[in-house]
Amino acid sequence: MTSKRISLTVNGEVVEYDVDARRLLVHFLRDDLDLTGTHVGCDTGNCGACTVLYNGVAAKSCMLLAIQADGATVETVESLAADGELTPLQQAFSANHALQCGYCTPGMLMSAKHLLDTNPHPSEDEIRKAIQGNICRCTGYVNIVEAIKSVAK
Amino acid sequence: MLLREVEYARPGSVEEAIRLLADNDGARALAGGQTLINVMKARAASPDLLVDLQDLRDLRGIRDLGNGSVEIGAMTTYADLVADDARSILGEVAASIADVQVRNRGTIGGNVCSNDPTNHFPPLLVALGARFTIVGPGGEREVSADDFFLGVYLTAVGPGELLRTITIPAGGQDGFAAVTIGRDGTCIVSAAASLNGGARIAIGCVDAVPVRARELEERIGHDLSEENVRAAAASLGTMLDPPSDVHASADYRRHLAGVLAVRAVLAAKERP
Repeated sequence: MTSKRISLTVNGEVVEYDVDARRLLVHFLRDDLDLTGTHVGCDTGNCGACTVLYNGVAAKSCMLLAIQADGATVETVESLAADGELTPLQQAFSANHALQCGYCTPGMLMSAKHLLDTNPHPSEDEIRKAIQGNICRCTGYVNIVEAIKSVAK
Repeated sequence: MLLREVEYARPGSVEEAIRLLADNDGARALAGGQTLINVMKARAASPDLLVDLQDLRDLRGIRDLGNGSVEIGAMTTYADLVADDARSILGEVAASIADVQVRNRGTIGGNVCSNDPTNHFPPLLVALGARFTIVGPGGEREVSADDFFLGVYLTAVGPGELLRTITIPAGGQDGFAAVTIGRDGTCIVSAAASLNGGARIAIGCVDAVPVRARELEERIGHDLSEENVRAAAASLGTMLDPPSDVHASADYRRHLAGVLAVRAVLAAKERP
């Protein structure tokens, strides 16, 4: 079985690690790097709880192999409040009650970040389309959309 | 989830990729991985070697060939297609596949080479009359869309071969319509039409491969009036033998095929 030393940038830091070819990126992030903010929800690519920014775009880390990420740049939810201060997007999720159990929130935040990075003033339709790949079973999405809208103005 | 043990290679050239694929019986090309990684989790596929195509930059991109036709590299992502306006229908259909994350990673080559009968691009590319350039140890060959799709998960890309590009002939009057499981979900039935010098119509999800609706094409001829298109499509369902499953009965799929073929043709007609 292929095992390889990979080198990638995670939340601004270069990390080097030996990984087996079969290791999913999400397990590498959570179990090897202890970045447990990225969640494993469905493990089938449907729920989006494992969403990270991969080379700058939203991707589901359960549908990537860690070994593919050699040379890549990955940003996880931990990159958002790196200095301990919530970002405006995170504050908006709090202020708008955009979560209940919080399980989907890391993926939701990374999808929202990807949207706002590429389209700072999205319409409500664009917001809904942007979080289509992130399933939330608590909120009914209304407050999540409101939260994103409040920082998109 | 823990996948079965697998070897991994990341070739730097198409030639190296083909050598790896040809020399290893259990090798599979890994494009965006939005299907393959999941079927590996389910152990529906258990390749011995993954040949990761991400460094083959030549395979990614959309090129206007100048004569109205467009060449698309197999590693072009859905997001790339959405961002490009070389042929409107490609971006529109790509934008209706799954979600942002999948569109950022999934590729048109992966979509057609996996040839899941519910995929969007197989019927669309049949309707557009696309040509597929396949490279292998013996060189390069071109296959028409009508000959590319061979069976469920099976295409003309054989062992040791790689899809390099997809070429779409000149045109622009194209339409696509589908009934899906939820918005932008899996297709239950889909239909694609292209009206560039006679109608080409293909139906998806009703057989192992996209079904060319040749009789319907002939009946429509050059009379694109809504009345004629509807009349011509009325009997389409009787010529199909679609599967029944939890999402739709065979009869309902026959009905949808006729309805969606009309929608696709009329959408194509409305296009400037």
